[in-house]
Amino acid sequence: MKAYVGTATSRVDGRAKVTGAAKYAGEFSAKGLAHGFVVEAAIPRGRIVRIDTHEALKVAGVLEVLTHVNRPPLADTDDAWKDEVAPEKGSTFRPVYDDRIKFNGQPIALVVAEDWETAKFAATRLYVEYEEEAFATDLESERDRATEVEQPHKPRGDAAAAMTRAAVRHEADYVLPNEHHNPMELFATTVVWDVGGKLAVHDKTQGVQNVHKFLCSVFGKKPDDIRVISPYVGGAFGSALRPQYQVVLATLAALALKRSVRVVLTRQQMYGLGYRPMTIERVALGAKPDGTLDVVTHEAVAVTSRYEDFSRNDTGWAEQLYKSPNSRSSHKLVHLDVSTPSDMRAPGAASGVCALECAMDELAIALKLDPIELRLKCYSDRDQSDDVPYTSKQLRECYARGAEAFGWSRRDPAPRSMRDGKELIGWGMATGVWEALQMPVAVRIVLTANGHAEISCAASDVGTGTYTIVAQVAADALGLPIENISVRLADSTLPQAPVEGGSWMAASSAHAVLGAAEEIRRELAGLAKAIPGSPLAELDAADVALADGMVASRTRKGAAVSIADVMRHSNLERIEKEKLNEFAEDKSHARNTHSAVFAEVKVDEELGVIRVTRVVSAIAAGRILNTKTGRSQIMGGVVWGIGMALHEETVMDHRFGRIMNPNFAEYHIPVNADVHDIDVIFVDEPDERINKLGIKGIGEIGIVGVPAAIANAVYHATGKRIRRFPITLDKLLE
Amino acid sequence: MNNFDYSRASDVSDAIRLLTADPGAKLIAGGTNLIDLMKENVERPSRLIDITRLPLRDIEETAGGGLRIGALVPNSDLAYHPLVEQRYPLLASAILAGASAQLRNMASVGGNLMQRTRCAYFYDTTTPCNKRSPGTGCSAIDGLNRNHAILGTSQSCIATNPSDMSVALAALGALVHIAGPSGQRTLALTDFHRLPDDKPHLDTNLGSGEIITAIELPAHGFARNFSYLKIRDRLSYAFALVSVAAALELEGNAISEARLALGGVAHKPWRSLEAEAALRGKAATPDHFGHAADLLLQGATARSHNGFKIELARRAIVRTLMQAANATPQSQAHKKIA
Repeated sequence: MKAYVGTATSRVDGRAKVTGAAKYAGEFSAKGLAHGFVVEAAIPRGRIVRIDTHEALKVAGVLEVLTHVNRPPLADTDDAWKDEVAPEKGSTFRPVYDDRIKFNGQPIALVVAEDWETAKFAATRLYVEYEEEAFATDLESERDRATEVEQPHKPRGDAAAAMTRAAVRHEADYVLPNEHHNPMELFATTVVWDVGGKLAVHDKTQGVQNVHKFLCSVFGKKPDDIRVISPYVGGAFGSALRPQYQVVLATLAALALKRSVRVVLTRQQMYGLGYRPMTIERVALGAKPDGTLDVVTHEAVAVTSRYEDFSRNDTGWAEQLYKSPNSRSSHKLVHLDVSTPSDMRAPGAASGVCALECAMDELAIALKLDPIELRLKCYSDRDQSDDVPYTSKQLRECYARGAEAFGWSRRDPAPRSMRDGKELIGWGMATGVWEALQMPVAVRIVLTANGHAEISCAASDVGTGTYTIVAQVAADALGLPIENISVRLADSTLPQAPVEGGSWMAASSAHAVLGAAEEIRRELAGLAKAIPGSPLAELDAADVALADGMVASRTRKGAAVSIADVMRHSNLERIEKEKLNEFAEDKSHARNTHSAVFAEVKVDEELGVIRVTRVVSAIAAGRILNTKTGRSQIMGGVVWGIGMALHEETVMDHRFGRIMNPNFAEYHIPVNADVHDIDVIFVDEPDERINKLGIKGIGEIGIVGVPAAIANAVYHATGKRIRRFPITLDKLLE
Repeated sequence: MNNFDYSRASDVSDAIRLLTADPGAKLIAGGTNLIDLMKENVERPSRLIDITRLPLRDIEETAGGGLRIGALVPNSDLAYHPLVEQRYPLLASAILAGASAQLRNMASVGGNLMQRTRCAYFYDTTTPCNKRSPGTGCSAIDGLNRNHAILGTSQSCIATNPSDMSVALAALGALVHIAGPSGQRTLALTDFHRLPDDKPHLDTNLGSGEIITAIELPAHGFARNFSYLKIRDRLSYAFALVSVAAALELEGNAISEARLALGGVAHKPWRSLEAEAALRGKAATPDHFGHAADLLLQGATARSHNGFKIELARRAIVRTLMQAANATPQSQAHKKIA
């Protein structure tokens, strides 16, 4: 029987998705469904003096306008509003809670009507009087007010002294703008109200149990009163890790009206949710003339809101990745009158490693070294921060295989040395790094006598392929064809799972499946041995495996009983096992994924138009569970990296404290015309230590390093170093 | 979105009657821009007059050898019409440089002429904007103006017209046929759109109660030496930072006739007879093209973020004229600038 793990298995939910059978949060319906439309604040800071709802309520079909004045009770302590992803420091934003305005675009009312159009129209009949207060939304002008965040890593050596004596130095600021996730699916919640007040909450979320716990806490409900369901998510990328305000408003309205309510945000309104925070990343590198690093320092100044301290690891990557006796890093926050940032694909690393890898390129130029050679000189088989080995690290192989596939050896290092007609050609590269995290996850398997297994778990599939890899692992472990496996996910009543994020769900859910399948195997083995005349009777249970629908001896060929026979003999219709898998804590090794990214750009010399004509991404991420969905993951990361390098920027007018490009016409992401050849290489990286299957998650690693590789290629093409992203053509023409 | 009444016009005079009867009414055809603006509460028509059933969908040859294009012809149908592909490839190219296939399928020719600016302040009803709310001020002049006009601006408004099709129509010398309460009239495309002066809320010279019935192209289509080049922040599906429509008539390497229009730089497609005249009788060389570019860009003024457009426009003009002269027009399907 063939194994599914490691193969290019097509998505088990693919058909449901392309035929429309897969239902998303805003597509569930209910009898008497009412529709809510969010009204947002038009100022960045101040208080609401008055909301006149009179005209809105007169509109035929309007049921209610919920504001801070008339809302039903909500929890009043910060603890009650903390979800599992909330920043430690701060106080979660509470929609329609009081008269305070904390950011432009903040929801201040929910108009509920019989239909969405009526609600939307009535929202224009709301008159809000504000008391405005002085505000600040510009990171660069407020940079001096930055406050330091505590860092996990201690400095090494004496960075300041090392910098003074360094033979070759490079120091620069790299500026990355605010960016929004823009998942295709709009944020939406449909709350189905049941007589008796029980709520079924269909929510766009990366964690149904996180939302469940949060809603119970905020609304003072018992766990049985609320069920959160989110079987399909049309992209999230971190934006749906925390419960978003529409779930609070939809629940609030359902409870207030005792009716089912749906709230769907508009694309524009989604710019009032989280985002990748703008950062000013200062990287300083000092090297010996031979190219070995002597010192690396990395300081980031990042945006956060005034009510929460959001920070991620932007600055720790340099001191982990590269051998350098001296290092120091710091992360600072500037509190502004904006909403709290959120995790966005490879949070911290996408920005921080971008700055670091641009700086490494600049150092290589100063040293007259090939960029790969510089990285090899600083290469370390140990995590430099904690001074421990990695469970596996095939980054060296990524450089080699990536360079070979790309043709790096043919690169003329001089800028502006390569050309194709009117276009300058540039080749750049960068390193990528992310963590290989794993979390406790529980899975239930129900095996029925017809040889079918249902796997269930509260984990979400945000489009990444969780359904498919769970089915693959289960099919292998239970010895069944994948067609006989069904997977249920993302229902808060199912066995426990954390939010799907951080690239941890693949390894975590796969090993939870293995754990539960092992219980099934052990039970079947025992039952099979007990059948009178069983060919397995003499065998130890450990020597019995599940394969091809049989309970079979691992050692003696032909000694087997079919699962169906075992269950029939045992008078069983089903075997149900639920198991929580936890990974033993092991601080003796570092767990990371790595990549080497190579990019070719062609830049029209006169017009400044940049095209990313080739990207090779060589990934070392353990064993790849599914080479088809895995490749798609990395390609998606590369495309997003192109956007980060060349296109994406949330533009704010700081006179109004407002985002001015909240739509797909003006917030640019790459379109097909901007995407050319992408070559994904999965480097062989056996890892027997990290977990049984030797797998690491790949959700984030695909984007890390891509923007830097492109920026470095743009420099190589043009001789111009653009340190303020995105690299738009006007910056090249300056 | 506000509530509005809906009427379906049975013929052109019915549409005019309905328009005249309700000063807050707007015509709707493809709706690709109007509906967006209504969703944002920028446009709040009291009534939508549906003109999609009017008999304005024909493309016919005129007695003078030109082409008359009904106002309701979808942008895609026009771009792929055999006569347009053969005789007016500049127009086909400009249309295909705009929007997306889906939008071009919906958008009408008349609606394309009526599309409104993409200025971010125009779209955001919480900010001052003279075009949206006359007298409130222009937020772009001292604000985010990277995409804004460098030519023909006023103290009231520095918005640009976002159309690609109009730029080619301006270069080709198209006429706009208009019907209204006092009969029919014709405007040159270049006189159809206005400069903002102190009335930026008026995009065009269309009078109240008037409706576009057709676009007319003169016989001369410049089918051999032409190019439409659009420079933008990504390779497709973005509004122009600068776009250039260029058409030449060559005798050997000598220019006997030249047409040149710019998009993305002004409140209307920007054309200069002086620049075109300067090319006449000259050899098709980068130097002469550069000189024409300088004439076309005369008086260009930069604001805080859009200064790059002046040099970009100059280079794009030269490039486009070279493409035209070499009979190697910019492809709108290739993923590169030729």
